[in-house]
Amino acid sequence: MSADPYADTSESTSGQVFNVTGGDWDTISTDSLEGDRLVINMGPQHPSTHGVLRLILEIDGETVHDARAGIGYLHTGIEKNMEFRTWTQGVTFCTRMDYVAPFSNEAAYVGAVERLLGIEDQITERAQVIRVLMLELNRISSHLVAIATGGMEIGALTVMTCGFRDREEILKAFELITGLRMNHAYFRPGGVSQDLPDGTVGHLRDLVALLKKRLPEYAALCNANPIFKGRLKQVGRLDLAGVLALGITGPILRSTGLDWDLRVKQPYWGYDTYDFDVITRDEPDAYGRFMIRQLEMWESLRIVEQCIDRLESTQGQPVMIADRKIAWPAQLSVGSDGQGNSPEHIAHIMGESMEALIHHFKLVTEGFRVPAGQAYFAIESPKGEIACHAVSDGGTRPFRAHFRDPSFVNLQGVSAMSEGGMLSDVIVAVASIDPVMGGVDR
Amino acid sequence: MSDETQDGSHETRAELKKSDAVELEVVEVREGAFGVHGTGDTSGFGGLRRPVVMPGAATPPYGGWFDEVAERLTAGEGLADAIEKVVVHRGEITFFIRREVLRQAAQHLRDDAGLRFELLSGVSGVHYPGDTGRELHAVYHLLSMTHNRRIRLEVTCPEEDPQVPSVMGVYPTADWHERETWDMFGIRFEGHTHLTRILMPDDWPGHPQRKDYPLGGIDVEFKGGFIPAPDNRRSYS
Amino acid sequence: MGLEEKLPSGVLLSTVEGLAGYFRKASFWPATFGLACCAIEMMTFGAPRYDSGRFGMEVFRPSPRQADLMIVAGRVSQKMAPVLRQIYDQMPGPKWVLAMGVCASSGGMFNNYAIVQGVDHVVPVDMYLPGCPPRPEMLIDAIFKLRESIQNTQLGADRLAEIREEEQAVLAALPTSAQAGLMR
Repeated sequence: MSADPYADTSESTSGQVFNVTGGDWDTISTDSLEGDRLVINMGPQHPSTHGVLRLILEIDGETVHDARAGIGYLHTGIEKNMEFRTWTQGVTFCTRMDYVAPFSNEAAYVGAVERLLGIEDQITERAQVIRVLMLELNRISSHLVAIATGGMEIGALTVMTCGFRDREEILKAFELITGLRMNHAYFRPGGVSQDLPDGTVGHLRDLVALLKKRLPEYAALCNANPIFKGRLKQVGRLDLAGVLALGITGPILRSTGLDWDLRVKQPYWGYDTYDFDVITRDEPDAYGRFMIRQLEMWESLRIVEQCIDRLESTQGQPVMIADRKIAWPAQLSVGSDGQGNSPEHIAHIMGESMEALIHHFKLVTEGFRVPAGQAYFAIESPKGEIACHAVSDGGTRPFRAHFRDPSFVNLQGVSAMSEGGMLSDVIVAVASIDPVMGGVDR
Repeated sequence: MSDETQDGSHETRAELKKSDAVELEVVEVREGAFGVHGTGDTSGFGGLRRPVVMPGAATPPYGGWFDEVAERLTAGEGLADAIEKVVVHRGEITFFIRREVLRQAAQHLRDDAGLRFELLSGVSGVHYPGDTGRELHAVYHLLSMTHNRRIRLEVTCPEEDPQVPSVMGVYPTADWHERETWDMFGIRFEGHTHLTRILMPDDWPGHPQRKDYPLGGIDVEFKGGFIPAPDNRRSYS
Repeated sequence: MGLEEKLPSGVLLSTVEGLAGYFRKASFWPATFGLACCAIEMMTFGAPRYDSGRFGMEVFRPSPRQADLMIVAGRVSQKMAPVLRQIYDQMPGPKWVLAMGVCASSGGMFNNYAIVQGVDHVVPVDMYLPGCPPRPEMLIDAIFKLRESIQNTQLGADRLAEIREEEQAVLAALPTSAQAGLMR
């Protein structure tokens, strides 16, 4: 074959490779191809792949014969970076893994650190309530993003605009409480970084009322929509055996009918004292997962309401562990020049007590030591089981922190869900997994 | 505690807090206090030497359902001496398995009715450079949904011979986990059908999350000076 | 990238520059280059509350061949860098790059083996936007500042002269670490 400006070729061990740059398709020889199978690369930069996911698809016409996921395009080395920071600073890094559900990352990490420290039963009630509140609000915002981006990918742009509109309201609450819209670093080993500011409870009650008004819109838009059902029903099917073999958890597992939810099965932080239901469905397809996410938002709202009541009854109680060797010494406050250590604390350490200054300095620069050993702390994130395997060598920094991210594991299911189906259904299958590449690649 | 306990791992945690350590498990010796060595250390703490001791092996009874799992595990065919040692720490049980029998042990753990660990949560690697002869550890977290229990399997291998049998045939989910552990730690999982890099580019040299692999940061330039990368800064040791 | 580049320097060119800048700045077609956390804020920027439709740029182009602004939103890994460059090369000129967030601007907190320490190692950057992640308001501000600079972009002979001038200035500049005095 002669040199072609549009489609030059090269030989590889598996046959002739065409580098098509556009134009003269007539000049491409198909002699060396068997059948009509084409290998198509999708991504890593593609609008419908939830970030930088690369899919290598072998297709025959519109039918997908082989689907492989290529990941690692967002590998950030967060786990290695955490080994060079103190245990407290680790939260700042791990919150940026799954950036759609940052509180889940923080929760898994601080849970593992607290287990290693042996202080699990010393976390104050108010800190636990605040943690549960943030996790559940985050579950709603994460599911909203899942539904919004999933809708956008099948062309339902209204769902996308609605999802981001309502997520914005939740982010406002996050910003009020933590000071940041995303990547909060709010949970700390021993509690949370600061207590709720004044007026939070009222704000949260308004938020719950607003969400109760807005959430039915998704049901009205989608649930009985014939196009929506046509695109989602019977697409991306994966039964219980397949789900367990692939280690998949979260809404995908519950769409097979198994009521596995770590909040109920292995409760942490007082989840067993809240009244809520685990949503399951016997529709192991994209529609079932969509419905589970939608209904789980309602259950999360129920938990949030109970949290608000408990916040009122625990008003004024500490949000940080009483052990001064672990508790972060300073409380933050908002001043005229932004957020920082509270003026009372500054006055105390700079003007009143030398010992307090030394204590502050040691704990902030050196950090606390964590007894040697390893711990595995798993929680139910919006996407499934997220867990931190933390190893300590008795130092002030993690020896190793490994995250079992649900997106990473669940994404393995994309081959099983999309092979044999149509090309356009691959997008739906990926959307129903709801992977976040920051969590997949870490 | 009986088999029927649905939430065994959590109800027994409080009573399992103690570590039944009998021998010290020294993996490293920490020197000084500020990460400075040799004549550069003017802190006065240069002579400080502290061993890094991991929780040691426990002796039976381990307490709660731990004993039952241990018994049933060793009752498997060819698994009588599969367990190197058992560590109970912070209410979690770790079985150090001889690497030759890892696959059989995983198969037995999954299939035995009294064990039934259906779900492999994840595989993680840890590199202990000071643990001579067994520097690389592969750590498996198993979950039994039937009995609501979690256990940890740990397999060690020396750096010169970083081979561990793959459990991909038993738990298909191990596919990506093992590829990640190969990518980051260079542990070769024998029997994995396509053990290739997964997170790093295909032509990347080295295994980034080993302890002897530098963090790879660059000096950060500020007005009037530099700050070294995090791995080159002075730090508490 | 057409006739306007061939015009001789003078009054005509300045007039064309002004006109071209006026039209170009008001018709940004951003490519979807979402990578990490910042991508979510970039999507929020297009969603109801911040509504980029107000500035005529709500249509994010999936194809780089139809885009003229690349918002690099997030950390660029060593594995992603060649892909990023390829997307950039596929965009037709004139084109601009906005490094959104500290990771894209300088590597940020991820100073390690995996992350490219600033996307300007791979592609020329026209605007750096700090923040981790920057708020959508900050992205709006960055885009308006970029628009301003596009209005004042020069063409043809003037642009070549400008490039030479800028190069001289950069070569003569003190490295940041050698500068002294107050932060500015």
